[in-house]
Amino acid sequence: MNYFPDEVVEHVFDFITSHKDRNSVSLVCKSWYKIERYSRQRVFIGNCYSITPQRLIARFPGLKSLTLKGKPHFADFNLVPHDWGGFVDPWIKALAKSRIGLEELRLKRMVVSDDSLELLSKSFPNFKSLVLVSCDGFTTDGVAAIAANCRFLRELDLQENEVEDHRGHWLSCFPESCTSLVSLNFACLKGEINLASLERLVARSPNLKSLRLNRVVPLDTLQKLLMRAPQLVDLGIGSYVDDPSSEVFSKLKAVIQLCNSIRSLSGFLEVAPCCMSAIYPICENLTFLNLSYAPGLQGNDLTKLVQHCRKLQRLWILDCIGDKGLGVVASTCKELQELRVFPSDPFDAGNAAVTEEGLVLISAGCPKLNSLLYFCHQMTNAALITVAKNCTNFIRFRLCILDPVKADPVTNQPLDEGFGAIVRSNKSLKRLSLSGLLTDQVFLYIGMYAKKLEMLSIAFAGDSNKGMLYVLNGCKKLRKLEIRDCPFGDVALLEDMGKYETMRSLWMSSCEVTLGACKILAKKMSSLNVEIINESEQLEFSLDDRLLVDKMYLYRTLVGHRKDKPEYVLLL
Amino acid sequence: MSSENGKRLLETDAGGLNFEATELTLGLPGEPRVTSDGGAKLGSKRGFSETVDLKLGDNNREVKLGHSLQEAAKSPVSKTQVVGWPPVRGFAKRGKKSCKYVKVAVDGAPYLRKVDLEIYNSYQQLLTSLEDMFSCFTIRNYLNEKKIEQVNGIEYMPTYEDKDGDWMLVGDVPWQMFVESCKRLRLMKSSEAVGLGLTTGPKYSSTN
Repeated sequence: MNYFPDEVVEHVFDFITSHKDRNSVSLVCKSWYKIERYSRQRVFIGNCYSITPQRLIARFPGLKSLTLKGKPHFADFNLVPHDWGGFVDPWIKALAKSRIGLEELRLKRMVVSDDSLELLSKSFPNFKSLVLVSCDGFTTDGVAAIAANCRFLRELDLQENEVEDHRGHWLSCFPESCTSLVSLNFACLKGEINLASLERLVARSPNLKSLRLNRVVPLDTLQKLLMRAPQLVDLGIGSYVDDPSSEVFSKLKAVIQLCNSIRSLSGFLEVAPCCMSAIYPICENLTFLNLSYAPGLQGNDLTKLVQHCRKLQRLWILDCIGDKGLGVVASTCKELQELRVFPSDPFDAGNAAVTEEGLVLISAGCPKLNSLLYFCHQMTNAALITVAKNCTNFIRFRLCILDPVKADPVTNQPLDEGFGAIVRSNKSLKRLSLSGLLTDQVFLYIGMYAKKLEMLSIAFAGDSNKGMLYVLNGCKKLRKLEIRDCPFGDVALLEDMGKYETMRSLWMSSCEVTLGACKILAKKMSSLNVEIINESEQLEFSLDDRLLVDKMYLYRTLVGHRKDKPEYVLLL
Repeated sequence: MSSENGKRLLETDAGGLNFEATELTLGLPGEPRVTSDGGAKLGSKRGFSETVDLKLGDNNREVKLGHSLQEAAKSPVSKTQVVGWPPVRGFAKRGKKSCKYVKVAVDGAPYLRKVDLEIYNSYQQLLTSLEDMFSCFTIRNYLNEKKIEQVNGIEYMPTYEDKDGDWMLVGDVPWQMFVESCKRLRLMKSSEAVGLGLTTGPKYSSTN
C-alpha cells in the first residue's frame, strides 16, 4: 500500500532514528518491512540470546552499528557466575564472514576475547567505534590489536571493564598515521602506559574531544596533554596529586584556564584535595561532574568544588558529601537533572553520610531532577512523600537503603507509603529500584500507578505472591523485572505466563519458586528460555520438582535454547 | 604528617571508632579499616542479626526474610555474607582506597611493622610516617637532605624489595610505580651501605 515510490519512503525513514519507531514502521506492511530492513543501519539487541547473528545479518544487510547486551543486570553484583555466557565471539565471527561493513560495535556485560578483538580489528576496514561497558575476558593485547589495525578509529571507549593488563605497549600500537581519534577512554585499565606515546597520540589527534585517563597518568603528563588538546569537551583525570607549590602545578593551573570547552569532568582516581582549586575555573561550564571514584575527598572539599558548578546537569558523587553538602548542591545546581550518590563505606552505618534529609533538600532545590540513584543509610516515609510532592518528573528513581529491610526509623513502619507517593506523582517513571522494609502494599501501589514502568528491581521485599502479581498485572509496559530474596513463588510465576513474552527478561533468585513450576512454564511457553542456575555441588538436578530453585533467569527468544551454556545451567 | 593522613581517610569522622581497639593492631595510629572479612567493629554499632531482629514480629506482621538474609542472620559477622549487597558495582573501588600493606623491617629492631602504602601520596609522607613509627631512628631523607633530630645518632637508608626480588633504594622511581612494585621495606643501617657506594641520593623530581 504505497502511494510513493520506494525511494521516497526510504528517504522519509531516514528521519526515523529511534529503534522503537523503526521497529514499529517495519510492522506496517510487507513493503515497508522490506524498505526498512534495507535502509536500517543501527540495530540494538538487548539480549544477545534472543536472536542469532545469522538472522541479524540476513535481515539487515546494510548494518553499520550494532549494540549487544549479554549478562543480566544482577551480574554487576556477582549474582551471575563468571562463565554463564554472553560471548561476543560468535557474533564477530559471523559478521566477519558476511559482507556487513561494520563501523560501530557497542557491548555491555559481554565476554570478549583477545581473539575476537583481533578478528574485529582485521575484518572491517571502515571500523570506527568500539565501546565496551562492563565486559570482561580480554587483555590489553586485544586493545592493542584494535589500536594497530583500525585505520580510521574514532572512538575507543572502555568503561568499567575487567581487563587483564599486560602493561603499556597497547598505546604505542596506534600508528603514526592514526589521526582520527575523537574519543579515547582507558580509565579502567590498571597498568602502566607509555606516557610519551600518549602525548604524541594526543598531539596528532586534532579532533580529540573526549579523553579519559587511567590512574597511572600523573599530573605533569596531564598538564602536557591539556596543552596539546585545549579543545577537549570531556576530560577524565587519572592521578591528580602534586605539591601545590610546584612549578608543574602552576603550569597546570595556567593551561586549565585555556580549556574552556570542557563540559564533562571525571576520574580523579588518585587525588590530593589541596590541588582541587586548580579546577575551579572550568567548573562554571561543567554540565557533568563525576567524582564517584575519587578517594579521599572529604565533604568540604566536595562542597567547595560544587559551589562553582552552577550549570551542572548531572552529578555523580560519594556520600561523604553529606546532607549539608547536598544542601549546597541544591542551592547551587538549579539545572540538575541527574544525581547519583554512591556509598563510600557500605558497611559502616556509624558514618551515616547521607540520609533522607539530603534527598529532601535536593528535591526542593532542583526542579529539573528526573534521574536519581541514592545510597543512604536510612529513609523515612515523610521524606519520600515530600520528595514526591517536589518532584514529578522522575524517569529513574533508584533508592538503596544500605541495610536491607530497614524500616522508617521514625515511625518503624515499612516504606510502602513513601514509595507509593513516588509512583503516584511521577507518571513518567520508567525505572524503579526499591529497598528498605516493604510489604505487598507497595506493589499494589506500583501496579496501580506505575503505568509507564519498564524496569523494576526488588530485593528483600513483600509478604506473599500477591506482591508480584500486582506488578505483573498492573505494569503494562514492564520489560525487565529482577527480584532477589522475596517470598514470591509458583503461584505468582505461573499466573500469567503470556506476560513474559511481552518482556525482555525475568530474574528471580532466592525466592520461593520450585523446579516443577519452572518446568511447567518452560513447557507451556516455547518462546521463552527458562534457565536454572545451580552452582551448588548437586550436579544432578535431583529431579525433585519440589526443589526450590536458587536462581532462575528467563527471557523471550526467537531462536530457542542457546548452545553455549555452562554445565551448571539447566535449560528447561 | 600522620594526622594529615588521618584526615584523608574517610572513616575517621567520629564514626564509632574504637581507638583502643586500633592500638592492638599493627596498623598506623588512627587508621581503622574494614577488614576483608567484614568483621564487626569492636564495641560499635549493633551487629546485623540484631538489626534484623528488630524488624520481626512488629504488629503481628510476619516479615518473611529472603533466604540470603536468613543465612546471614545466623552469624554476627555477616554483613558481607549477603552476596551482591549493596547493589553497587565495584564498590570496593569507590571512595575506599585499595590497601597495600607491606612489612617494614628495621635493622636492630626486635619486631617488624606493617604500613599501607596506598595511604600516602609521596615518598616524603612515607618516610615521615616511618620516622614516627620508629621514632628513635633517623631515616636518610634524600628529598631535601634535611637532617631530622636524631636520638641515638644512627642513620638508616630506606630500601625495598621489588617484584623481581631485588633490593632497591627507595626514591628512584615515580611514587606510583614504587607502590606497585614494592613488596617489603627494610631500613638498613647507613654504615652498612657506605661500602656499597650508595650514599648519594637519587635524582628525585618534585612531582612525586
